[in-house]
Amino acid sequence: MKKQIWGFAATVALAAMAAVPASAHRQWMLPSSTVLSGDDVWVTVDAAVSNDLFYFEHQPLRLDAVHAWAPDGSEVSIENKATGRYRSTFDVHLTQKGTYRIASVADMLMGSYELNGKTERLPRGTTAANLAERLPAGATNVQTAEANNRNEIFVTVGEPTTTLFKPTGKGIEMVPVTHPNDLFAGEAATFQFLLDGKPAADLPVTVIPGGIRYRDQLGQIDLKTDAEGKVAVTWPEPGLYWMNVTTPQTARGEGGEGGPPPASAAPQRRAGYVTTLEVMAP
Amino acid sequence: MQSPSRTLLIGGSLSAVLTAPVLAAAPATMDVTITIPQLKVAEYHRPYVAIWVEKAGAPAKTVAVWYDYDMKNNEGTKWLRDVRQWWRASGRTMTFPANGITGATRAPGAQKISFSRAQLGATAPGNYVLVIEAAREVGGRELLRIPFTWPAKAGPGGRAAGKTELGAVTVAFR
Repeated sequence: MKKQIWGFAATVALAAMAAVPASAHRQWMLPSSTVLSGDDVWVTVDAAVSNDLFYFEHQPLRLDAVHAWAPDGSEVSIENKATGRYRSTFDVHLTQKGTYRIASVADMLMGSYELNGKTERLPRGTTAANLAERLPAGATNVQTAEANNRNEIFVTVGEPTTTLFKPTGKGIEMVPVTHPNDLFAGEAATFQFLLDGKPAADLPVTVIPGGIRYRDQLGQIDLKTDAEGKVAVTWPEPGLYWMNVTTPQTARGEGGEGGPPPASAAPQRRAGYVTTLEVMAP
Repeated sequence: MQSPSRTLLIGGSLSAVLTAPVLAAAPATMDVTITIPQLKVAEYHRPYVAIWVEKAGAPAKTVAVWYDYDMKNNEGTKWLRDVRQWWRASGRTMTFPANGITGATRAPGAQKISFSRAQLGATAPGNYVLVIEAAREVGGRELLRIPFTWPAKAGPGGRAAGKTELGAVTVAFR
């Protein structure tokens, strides 16, 4: 437990982003439906950062980086945005048939620099584009590492489509073997994960069923991607599941009981992936 | 017993007499009786019912869907996905209204519907399953399966009984 708390503190200090999914808090988006029919289809999404899934009890997910894409790949608007004390909410009008993606993607730079003999961390919100202007004059020994975080959900009107799953080549991305909107309890689903566009072996995958508040056991399923970046999950029950994939975090292990790594430690490439999956009853 | 006599006429007068028993043994129509139960609930809506045919190695074939097809802006289609096994097996690939398949929701009681062998997609001899799934607004969902083979024998051809959203479902061939 202590390790986890330190891990979280380190995460906050380094990235200063609630968007880092490896932290003790979990970020998520929750659509009103994932499987839809009809002619005038809307989906409402709740978005939050919380401990228990899927209860909005801690912080809203900021909507600045949330975008949605139609099955044909065109971007569609996020409507009726609102951010409250504990959650954000928005709507997407689903005018096409097929699978939509709704995603919050953050590509950041983490790292440090030296100024007047002191090591400083890069400020929150640093990206490759704004690094130069963020660095104070006279900064030396600048060390950076990319941190890419993707939090995305899928919703499907009619038949599931896969046109949207073309990878961008940045961070962790999912390639469906089983379509994420075609999941049923008792069946195994397989997903492939890419890191920077290539199949990524040995990524830790965490699957947690929703409804934590009303049970004693977390019910977490810990998996690892295989040599092809694939992971198979057999859903024990229908319901909502939170799935989190991260790059292995050796710094936390090395830091151990000692806490976060020192500011001078070389920054580590990090990537995280979060999705919410709805598993139907057979 | 209308269709055998119709076939007799087509078959011609002399041979008709000889082939009549054969025709009786090779029915062309499936009659399905679906009992929609009377439910004592505060808010009752007639169930959405989907009927489809499964055959190993072939895509499921929807033969009937009873839903609120006549609402403005086709709004009744919003809940089709709640007939969830059918939606996965077949419904999600279809467009609505579906010609010859869409029908109005039906009241509690014994509801009859008939299908030709071609409608059932059962032109090839073999084993099939007739699947009936009902989902009710603010209510539950239930699914029944009745296996059948084609060619079928005339007369009763299968039966299943639901516990909640469906009563007895019977199949007969003629």
